[in-house]
Amino acid sequence: MSTMTKPSYEVVIGLEVHAQLLTRSKMFCGCAATFGAAPNSQTCPVCQGMPGVLPVVNRRAVEFGIKTALAFDCRVNPACRFARKHYYYPDMPKNYQISQYEEPLAEDGLLEIEVDGTSRTIGIQRLHLEEDVGKLLHEGTLETAQASLVDYNRSGVPLMETVSKPDLRSPGEAAAYLRAFRAVLVYLGVCDGNMEEGSLRCDANVSLRPRGAAELGTKVEIKNMNSFRNVQRALEFEVERQAKALGAGERIVQETRLWDAERGYTRSMRSKEFAHDYRYFPEPDLVPLEISRAWVDAIRAGLPELPRARRQRFVTQYGLPPYDAGVLTQARALAEYHEQATAALKRAAPSLTLSQAAKSTSNWIMSELLHVLPADDEAAIREAKITPSRLAGLLKLIENGTISGKIAKDVFQKMFASGEDAQAIVAREGLVQVADESALAAVIDQVIAENPKALEDYRKGKTAAKGAFVGQIMKATQGKANPAMVNRLLEEKLSKI
Amino acid sequence: MPIHELTSAYRRGETTPTAATEAYLARIAKLDGELGAYLTVTREHALRAAADADARYRAGTPLGPLDGAPLAYKDVLCTRGVTTTCGSRMLERFVPPYDATVIARLAAAGAVMLGKGNMDEFAMGSSTEHSAFKPTRNPWDLARVPGGSSGGPAAAVAAGLAAGGLGTDTGGSIRQPAAFCGVVGLKPTYGRVSRYGLVAFGSSLDHIGPFARDVTDAALLLRAIAGADPRDSTCLPAPVPDYAAGLPQGLTGLRLGLPDEYFIDGMDPEIERAVRAAVDVVRGLGATVERVSLPATPHALATYYVIAPAEASSNLARYDGVKYGLRVPGARDLVEMSSRTRAAGFGAEVKRRIMLGTYVLSAGYHEAYYGRAQKVRTLVRRDFDAAFGRVDLIVAPMTPNVAFKHGEKEDPLAMYLNDVFAVPADMTGLPAISVPCGFSVQGLPIGLQFIGKALDEAGVLRAAYAYEQATPWHTRKPALP
Ligand SMILES: [Zn+2]
Repeated sequence: MSTMTKPSYEVVIGLEVHAQLLTRSKMFCGCAATFGAAPNSQTCPVCQGMPGVLPVVNRRAVEFGIKTALAFDCRVNPACRFARKHYYYPDMPKNYQISQYEEPLAEDGLLEIEVDGTSRTIGIQRLHLEEDVGKLLHEGTLETAQASLVDYNRSGVPLMETVSKPDLRSPGEAAAYLRAFRAVLVYLGVCDGNMEEGSLRCDANVSLRPRGAAELGTKVEIKNMNSFRNVQRALEFEVERQAKALGAGERIVQETRLWDAERGYTRSMRSKEFAHDYRYFPEPDLVPLEISRAWVDAIRAGLPELPRARRQRFVTQYGLPPYDAGVLTQARALAEYHEQATAALKRAAPSLTLSQAAKSTSNWIMSELLHVLPADDEAAIREAKITPSRLAGLLKLIENGTISGKIAKDVFQKMFASGEDAQAIVAREGLVQVADESALAAVIDQVIAENPKALEDYRKGKTAAKGAFVGQIMKATQGKANPAMVNRLLEEKLSKI
Repeated sequence: MPIHELTSAYRRGETTPTAATEAYLARIAKLDGELGAYLTVTREHALRAAADADARYRAGTPLGPLDGAPLAYKDVLCTRGVTTTCGSRMLERFVPPYDATVIARLAAAGAVMLGKGNMDEFAMGSSTEHSAFKPTRNPWDLARVPGGSSGGPAAAVAAGLAAGGLGTDTGGSIRQPAAFCGVVGLKPTYGRVSRYGLVAFGSSLDHIGPFARDVTDAALLLRAIAGADPRDSTCLPAPVPDYAAGLPQGLTGLRLGLPDEYFIDGMDPEIERAVRAAVDVVRGLGATVERVSLPATPHALATYYVIAPAEASSNLARYDGVKYGLRVPGARDLVEMSSRTRAAGFGAEVKRRIMLGTYVLSAGYHEAYYGRAQKVRTLVRRDFDAAFGRVDLIVAPMTPNVAFKHGEKEDPLAMYLNDVFAVPADMTGLPAISVPCGFSVQGLPIGLQFIGKALDEAGVLRAAYAYEQATPWHTRKPALP
């Protein structure tokens, strides 16, 4: 954000997040909801909106909605109802979308986020279920296409829309909200959180108001942000744009803008002044959904551990620093990776305390694994060739002195690429630490003999010369010398000279 | 011949499903050119089903009382592999890949589909003059309408072009043509029969029900099509009784209510006379009859003409030329394709209701029209609840007039008024039946209506049956060759 806007305006952001639910079938029919299938291969008369067919609610989708609502401390309404939202678009087979309107599944929740070490609570206004629409494929560009094809595979896929209150005060907070939100969904197993494949989509409402004002400014809706980074960039651009406009005495027009990630700006899509009149009315083909206390209680009882609780447990159970715990629990797969690796290491090296094992794996995950894999790429972490038990195998080799930490970093890279066992790589490439005193003593004698100048310096009291010897010895052993042993033996030799 | 007599004849070996089906097909070939009851005759389909039924009768294993019954289905019910047009150019070439649940259930009961009956386009109309393909004529007087929107199957049953049939009732569309054609028409409780595969008009008002030569057949047909359906979550899970078995219980001790509001100014005096005479018959059969008041009745029709078009505008939004049915070629873009397709594909009455429905749902008017209509709907329901606190059934006229002449009701509002006695049962979802109760001096049928409590189809059928057995009206047939 530019410094120019800071003193005069306050940023107000609300996020609407659409999450595709990980149900086996669609929202209102039995078709599969998997991504990437051949066009129209996952359709039936119901999700094609053919004459006479009727929707039937997917109970699992409702359960996922309730699960999520409970995770965000929302009030789950005892009765909710679907409505029809009307607008014409060729990818929407019925030309209305079945969604929830006046009576959503859940309302009034919250999500705690952390930005720059400060924790903030963001309100969640509502959570409701709806069906997705299909996809239009144009031959060529939209403007020049000779034909347009429709793929209804996506039509009827269950979506959960969660609307935040306008509580976010910066693009950074918005990005943090989205990350925390995503983590909860993935922990619950209700959404795979994949933004590139559109499993998680986010629209933002952005407005600026004079600092201290109670009234909201004119809001602009931004769509088409398909990564965390893009959300932040798009919002930063938009805040800047609105600040400039307001600074120049212009009026903000209520409209929908699209984020162009390639060019790095938002552009107007349609003006809200010509907004659709959705002509909502209760969906007569579905009876109101009654949600019993017993059902909600059963779902509550089955809720998994959520990111915040897991972070706390990592601190108490493993004695990890809160920073480590925060990094490791930001994504479910990552947290599981850490726990599995720690357990494996503890088994392989029983002399380590749980806390030592946990810190050791934490260090390696944070410095090495997250260097090559994004923390939120659940699938990549779950499928990483260097599995938790293999990582533990590597750490055990460091622990028992077989290899040095420096060598281990190279071994890690090789394991990551090939999936080979640490032991196998070390054996094949002869990386075993030289910990044989007589062999090492011979190398040290040789190095001292070959570096009279350094020896001279050492005698003159230049302690730095000792470092030069260590470097030479490590070089001569290709880094395999046990550093502690090198230090001890060198000390002994030098003191005798 | 009613179905129950026909299938008895099959069992006795006096005739066969194939022989009966061929006789019906021959009669269709002879008369339907003039009558216009059918949009599609499924000859091969019918003969195949009849041959299967023959085999079952020969083996002594008929599927039940409907096995081999030749039926006409309103063309709003989806039939797999058979064109389902809804009486509209929009769906002229639409061949559903699925059967409506009712069609599948009747097929499973051994029924033989003779063809698809004519109807007002998308079930909008009370005369079957609004079919995009041809009008249907009333078998009692070819210059007159058969009623609507299920005029095709009603006329087919009346003229002996089918042994029975299925229609749909959104604002009287089964019972009004039944009354005009002198047959039995039953509209069950909303949710009693699955709507899966019924091309929607007003989803919260659409009902599927039978046309029959007599009450016994209506009971048999209802039994076959009723009951929960996993494809329709608005369908009720209540068990389905053996309606036919309960028919002969008589009327002794039954309390009937005669609503004051169903005798309006301008109604045909012949109808009032016939209905009052029918009430005397019912009283003579041991029922008590008392006056009841349904004060919201005068508003029911107006309310219906808000809710039904609102839902229709939504249900018909899918016909845009993108996916199936008509597409007008040569458009330069999507909007043009869709609007030209809709302009060409829908008839005037359908367009009128789409516009009305879009208007009453639009921002700024939603509360004033749609919201208030829903409130009136609640009032209509409360009226019936109150009445049913005192009586078991309502007895009332079915229509304010007998079948009118083709082209006689040019003014849509005059046409709408025809449904004034039919609509309250649709608005409340209550079961109602129309049985013949006399003829006008010109020889046109008059219908008597019984309305029951929710899920009390057995009650309305029982009353209608007692009345039917005491009177000769259902035995009269139109003078056709
Ligand atoms: Zn489907």
